[in-house]
Amino acid sequence: MLKLPIYLDHNATTPCDPRVVEAMVPYFTHAFGNAASRNHPFGWQAEEAVDIAREQVAKLIGADPKEIIFTSGATEGDNLAIKGVYEMYASKGNHIITCNIEHKAVLDTCRHLEKEGAEITYLNVKPNGLIDLAELEAAIKPATILIAIMYANNEIGTVMPIPEISSIARKHGVLVFTDGVQAVGKIPVEVNKDGIDLMAFTAHKMYGPKGVGALYVRRKNPRVKVTAQIDGGGHERGMRSGTLNVPGIVGFGKACEICMQEMEADAKRISLLRDKLENALLKVEETYLNGDKESRLPHVSNISFKYVEGEGLMMGFNKNIALSSGSACTSASLEPSYVLKALGLGDDLAHSSLRFGLGRFTTEEQIDYTIEQVTNAANKLREMSPLWEMFKDGIDLNTIEWAHH
Amino acid sequence: MAYSEKVIDHYQHPKNVGMLDKSKNNVGTGLVGAPECGDVMRLQIEVDEATGVIRDAKFKTFGCGSAIASSSLATEWLKGKSVDEAVKIDNMTIVEELNLPPVKIHCSVLAEDAIKAAINDYRKKNGLEELQYEESAIH
Repeated sequence: MLKLPIYLDHNATTPCDPRVVEAMVPYFTHAFGNAASRNHPFGWQAEEAVDIAREQVAKLIGADPKEIIFTSGATEGDNLAIKGVYEMYASKGNHIITCNIEHKAVLDTCRHLEKEGAEITYLNVKPNGLIDLAELEAAIKPATILIAIMYANNEIGTVMPIPEISSIARKHGVLVFTDGVQAVGKIPVEVNKDGIDLMAFTAHKMYGPKGVGALYVRRKNPRVKVTAQIDGGGHERGMRSGTLNVPGIVGFGKACEICMQEMEADAKRISLLRDKLENALLKVEETYLNGDKESRLPHVSNISFKYVEGEGLMMGFNKNIALSSGSACTSASLEPSYVLKALGLGDDLAHSSLRFGLGRFTTEEQIDYTIEQVTNAANKLREMSPLWEMFKDGIDLNTIEWAHH
Repeated sequence: MAYSEKVIDHYQHPKNVGMLDKSKNNVGTGLVGAPECGDVMRLQIEVDEATGVIRDAKFKTFGCGSAIASSSLATEWLKGKSVDEAVKIDNMTIVEELNLPPVKIHCSVLAEDAIKAAINDYRKKNGLEELQYEESAIH
């Protein structure tokens, strides 16, 4: 029996794996110590648990445990990495290169630094959502201190060519930061092989708890330093003060360990389901896939249903199926997704998009149901859409003089 | 954000979806909004020429649930009203009836604009002067 509602929004967050919850529970109650309490067994127990988790987290990305700084999540990690590098390397330069489909946590941090004197280059992406490597290299100048490019995009799932980006950066002596939120735990990410100097990621996107994340900071070749953004007791080697969230960190560690063991099998199974969903929906007339079909995460599909509006479309099934739309009809700005617009999609197609994010617990039955529901909703809304009617009558919508609001 | 029951009801059972014969003299058509803005409404009225009463109304809308509900409700309200009464339909009464939250007020504005555009189209076809409206508050 199919249980509703179905969750297909795993790029927003994931449920905690029951094994993660089980690992965390003791650290709320009897093993409640402060990991910084060095003088008694409660503290020792907490410290040991954090050490184990730090190893689990490091192992997933091929790092040394000493290179892991625990944070409250990826937004904090993005802030710490970018602001921390900007301040630490101020004597070397003030120029940072990023791209226009980064997460707001990166873009807004860059905007903030611009007010403080930073020069930021926002690279445009190609229509497939990937940056142009030649353009990246051309943007590097003597004052460039950091390249901040996401590993994988949260809306369209495209995976950036990080090893190629870092080899360009190395050549010019520039550091590489990547927002690894969507990629870590889903696809193999190895900081040495990929040439990453700093990387933010978070537990709740990989079946761990919310409120805990990590910033990887390279210690060798080169040794990277960041200026702390939160001052206090000097935790996390002085880079991030604040009492450690021991239960969260334990859960994060467990989540990483599970990903390490199951990621490959999960990715294989989930991508088959994703392809089934995608192929069926792309058979619906006038639907389009957004982002690169090859270089992308195994669990994401972003599809535009031309001539229907995304939020209206979702309303047809959102009591039973949870997913996201690139339409921003609820936001005050009424602007559709800046990521989709950056791909060169017209606003009309951006308004018409749905993001399907599958996960570890997604079943084929759920996918079959979703195909049926989404197809029906799209057909129903098109019957109500004046644009669909015009399209069917062979009217070119570009020839109509719209009353712009 | 959850939709009100009335919005859901109009969305699931929209009233008066369709098209009237544009070429007829007693049919007025209003097409407002733009695809890039995520909302396009086409609202039509058919007027009984003897009485000046709106006999039928139809719509098609590209937009979110609130936009669909606003236009569906508008067509219901239009039927049976005289053209002069119809002009007076205010977007805020749509907001109240459908319980629209502030971010969805523009949907009701669009419905009001569509009504007025349809009426003006009808007036124009029948040699009457187009009515001038004040600019809507939210555009």
